[in-house]
Amino acid sequence: MSQTFAIGIGGAAGQGVATPGDILALLFSRRGLHLNAYNAYQSIIRGGHTFLTIRAGVDEVSNLGDGIDLLIPLNQDTMERHLRLLTDGGACIYNSDTIKAGTAAEGVQLCPLPVSTLADITRNKVAQNTLALGAALSMMGVGFNVLEGVFQAQFGRKGEAVVNENVSIARAGYEYATANFKPFAKPLPMTDKRYAVLSGNTALAMGGAAAGCKFYCAYPMSPSTGVLHWMAAHGRKAGILVRQVEDEIGVINMAIGAAHGGVRSMCATSGGGFALMTEGLGLSAMAEIPVVAINCMRAGPSTGVPTKTEQGDLWQALGAAFGDFPRVIAAPLDIGDCFTLMPEIFNLTDRFQCPGIVLCDLLLSEGRLSVDPKLLDFNPHIDRGEMITSNGEVHDEYLRYKITESGVSPRAIPGIPGFTHVVSSDEHEENGVLISDEYTNHAKRRVMMDKRMRKVAGIEAAVVPPVLDGPADADVTLIGWGSTDGTIKEARAMLAEQGITTNQLQIRWIVPLHGDAILKILRGAKRTIMVENNYSGQFARYLRSETSFVADGHIRKYDGEPFMPHHIVEAVRDQLAGTTTLSIPTHEVMV
Amino acid sequence: MATINITPAKPMVMADFKGKVDPDWCPGCGDFGVLAAVQKALIELQIPNHRVATVSGIGCSSNFPGFINTYGMHTLHGRSLPVASGLKLANHDLTVLVTGGDGDGFGIGAGHFVHAMRRNINLNYFVLDNQVYGLTTGQTSPTSRIGMKTKSNPYGNMDTPVNPITLALSAGATFVGRGFSAEQKHLTELIKQAIQHKGFSFLDIFSPCVTYNHDNTFQWFRPRVKKLEDNAEYDSTNWIAAMEKATVWGEEIPIGKFYERTDLPSLEETEPVLDDGPLVDRDIRVPAEAAKRFVEELM
Repeated sequence: MSQTFAIGIGGAAGQGVATPGDILALLFSRRGLHLNAYNAYQSIIRGGHTFLTIRAGVDEVSNLGDGIDLLIPLNQDTMERHLRLLTDGGACIYNSDTIKAGTAAEGVQLCPLPVSTLADITRNKVAQNTLALGAALSMMGVGFNVLEGVFQAQFGRKGEAVVNENVSIARAGYEYATANFKPFAKPLPMTDKRYAVLSGNTALAMGGAAAGCKFYCAYPMSPSTGVLHWMAAHGRKAGILVRQVEDEIGVINMAIGAAHGGVRSMCATSGGGFALMTEGLGLSAMAEIPVVAINCMRAGPSTGVPTKTEQGDLWQALGAAFGDFPRVIAAPLDIGDCFTLMPEIFNLTDRFQCPGIVLCDLLLSEGRLSVDPKLLDFNPHIDRGEMITSNGEVHDEYLRYKITESGVSPRAIPGIPGFTHVVSSDEHEENGVLISDEYTNHAKRRVMMDKRMRKVAGIEAAVVPPVLDGPADADVTLIGWGSTDGTIKEARAMLAEQGITTNQLQIRWIVPLHGDAILKILRGAKRTIMVENNYSGQFARYLRSETSFVADGHIRKYDGEPFMPHHIVEAVRDQLAGTTTLSIPTHEVMV
Repeated sequence: MATINITPAKPMVMADFKGKVDPDWCPGCGDFGVLAAVQKALIELQIPNHRVATVSGIGCSSNFPGFINTYGMHTLHGRSLPVASGLKLANHDLTVLVTGGDGDGFGIGAGHFVHAMRRNINLNYFVLDNQVYGLTTGQTSPTSRIGMKTKSNPYGNMDTPVNPITLALSAGATFVGRGFSAEQKHLTELIKQAIQHKGFSFLDIFSPCVTYNHDNTFQWFRPRVKKLEDNAEYDSTNWIAAMEKATVWGEEIPIGKFYERTDLPSLEETEPVLDDGPLVDRDIRVPAEAAKRFVEELM
C-alpha cells in the first residue's frame, strides 16, 4: 500500500484551524503531493470543537485513512480527544504554555513549544498556530523557503507586513524544532507534478459552469452553500447569472423558469431545502423542462445534524414529487467526479427534458481533494437535445408535446415567431392544451403518460451500466454508492494484505440503475456486503425493490461521520467469521 | 393540421392574441374583461405575440395563458413569480406578463410576491382579485372581507384581509395600480402603462366571481370605484399620498395608478452579467481565459 502522511489540527471554532489547514494543503500540493482533507465541525461560529485532517501522499489519496502522523492541538480539549490517534513514530506539537501533554502511546514524540518565549503573543493571537506550522515543516524535512511562497499566496492580499510577521514567527518555530525535536523517520516526499486542490462544492459549481450552466440560484443551506459561494464569486467572469432567492421553493421554480427560457440552469441545497423543491421537480417533469438540482446530503431527518455527513436522502430523491415521471439521479464517487458528472447530467436532462438530481454529501461537498488539473475540462461534450431555437418559414402547427417514438418532443424556446405555445403543470394534449378542464379525456391522458414514460428507456440506453472492479472470483464483493468509493477501495487494499480478496461494485447512477446488469454481476459473487452511510440500508432496499437481490451482509454507519477504512476491514472480517451480517462500526474519534 | 405562415412585421390584431381554446370561465366572470384588456393593450403597444410570455400559477384566473396566444407557462399554485423571474432573467428581451388570483398571489405565493417586488425585476404582475377561492368551489381568500361566509368559514371570516396595494407599496414595487374588469378603457390604459414601466409593475384588478362571491359583485363595485386619474391633484409619484389613498375602502374605492417611480433601475439593468444581452443568446462555453484562471486559482 502507498505511503501517506496525515496531519490533524484541532481546536475550538474561531481559534484558526482553517488557516494552517489551507497553508498545509497548498504546501502539499506545491510539493506535487496528492491530498485528501476533511474538516469535522459543528453548527457553531465560535467555540465547540473542529478537527481538520489532511492526508497527503505521492499516489492518489482516496480517503482520510485511519490514523494521523502529526497532531497539532490548539487547545487542551483536542489534546485529550485525539492524542490516542498517534502511534509509534507519530508526533504531537503543542503550546506548552497553555496545554498539558496527555499520555501518549509508546514511540510518540511529544513536542512542547514554549510559545510566549518564541513569539509576541500579545501582538499575534494565532502565533501558536504559525509556530507549530514552522515546527512541523522542520520535522517533515521540508526546507523553510517553501513556506515563504505559501505565506505570500495565503496572506499576500493583507500586505507585506502580515506576510513578514508570519514568516518570522514560523521561522522561530522551525528553528526551535530543528534544535529540539526529532524529525520524522521519512522526510515528506516531493514530485514534479502539480495538482489543483478543491472541495466537492467547488467542483460541482465549476462542473456546472463547464457544462454551460448560465443560471444558478440558491438559498443558503449547509453543506451546499459552497456551491453558491463559488458561483457568486465567479459568476460574472463565467457569464452565469447568480441569484440568492427567498426560499428553496422560489429557487427551484426560478431555475425552471430560466431553463424554459432556453439556458442551462441549476441549483443546490441540502435535504430540508430539497424537500421544499419537490413540487417544482414535478413541474419540471410535467412541463418537460430540464433542470438540475443538487442535494448535498447531511444527517437527517429534519434539521438533523447540519454539519455531519450521511447518505440518508436516497429515497427522498427517488420519491421526490408525486406521480410517475422520468428522472435521472446520480451520486458522484469523489470530489473530481463532482466536476465530471455535471456535464453528463446536464446532457441527459436536456436530451430527455426531465429533472436531474445529484446526490452529493457533506463528505464530498466540504472535503478537499487534489486532482489533476486536466480533469477540470471546460470543454466537455455538450448535447442540448432536440431544441428549436430559430424559426423556419413555414411549418405545421407546432406541437410542444408531439407524440414521438422516443417520447422526446422538440422543444421550442420562447421568443421565436411561429412557435407560441403553452407549457403546463396540468396534463395536456400534444399542443399543450389542458385536458383536465371541461372534460377529462382518459385516452389522451394515457397517450401523454406513455409518451413521457417512453423516455425512461432512452435514458437507460444513454448511460453505461456499472462495472465490477477487482477479480471476479474474489472472496467478498463490496457494494457501495457515491462517496464511499475511496474508503472502500482502501479497505480492500488492507484486506488484500490480510489475504482476503475482494472486488467492488460502486454505483454512480442511481437512476437509471441497470438492474439486469447488476444482477448479472452479483449472481457470480461469493459473498456480497453492502456499505452505506445510513441507518436502514437505503440502497439495499432500493436494489431489492428493483431486482429482488438481497445481499449477504451489510455495513452501515449513521453517526454523522464518514467510514474509516478499518471500519470496513473489521466488519468484513467479522462477517466472514460468521459473527454477524449487520455491522455498525463505532466511530472512535470524538469530533 | 393547420399550416402557419410566418410573415414578420405584420401588425398585430386581436386574432393574433386569441388562444387555442376559448376561456372556460363561468359566464359573466370578471376574468373575461381582464383578458380582453390585456389583449387590447398588447395590440395597442404592437408587441409581437412571440415576444410575449404569459406566466400563471393555478386557479380560475391562472388558466389565462391558455386563452391568449403568446408563449405561456401554466405553473404551480403560488409559484408564477419565481418561474417568471427565471424566464425573464434568461431572456430579458421578452415582455413577461404574470397572471393569477388573490389566493395564488397573496396566500400561497405571498412570500414570492414580496421578494419579486424588492428585486424590481421587470415583470408585469396582474392579480385577478375576486376575494374568494373559485376553482376549489368557494373558500375564504386572503382578500375576503371580515365576516364573509364561505364553505371554509361558514360562520364568517375572522382574518383581516390583505391590502394588496399597501403591501406592494411597502415591499418596494415601483409601479402600483388597481383596475376593475368592468372599466375596460381605464384598465387597458393601466395595463399599457404597467407594461411600459421599467421595473416591477403590479396591478390588483377587481375581477368579480359571479358564482362564489355574492358580496363583492359587479353591482357592489360599480358605484364605489373612483378613478385616481379623475383627481387632478393626485400625485402618483408621492409614496405617502399613495399609502393614504390605498387605505381608502368603503363607499369610495380608488382605482388607477397609485404610484410609480422611474428613478430606480430594474434588476436586468443593474445586473452586469446581462450587459452583453440575454443569457439565452450567449455562447454556452465559459470564456477560455476565465476557465483557465478558475483552475489556476486552485493550484
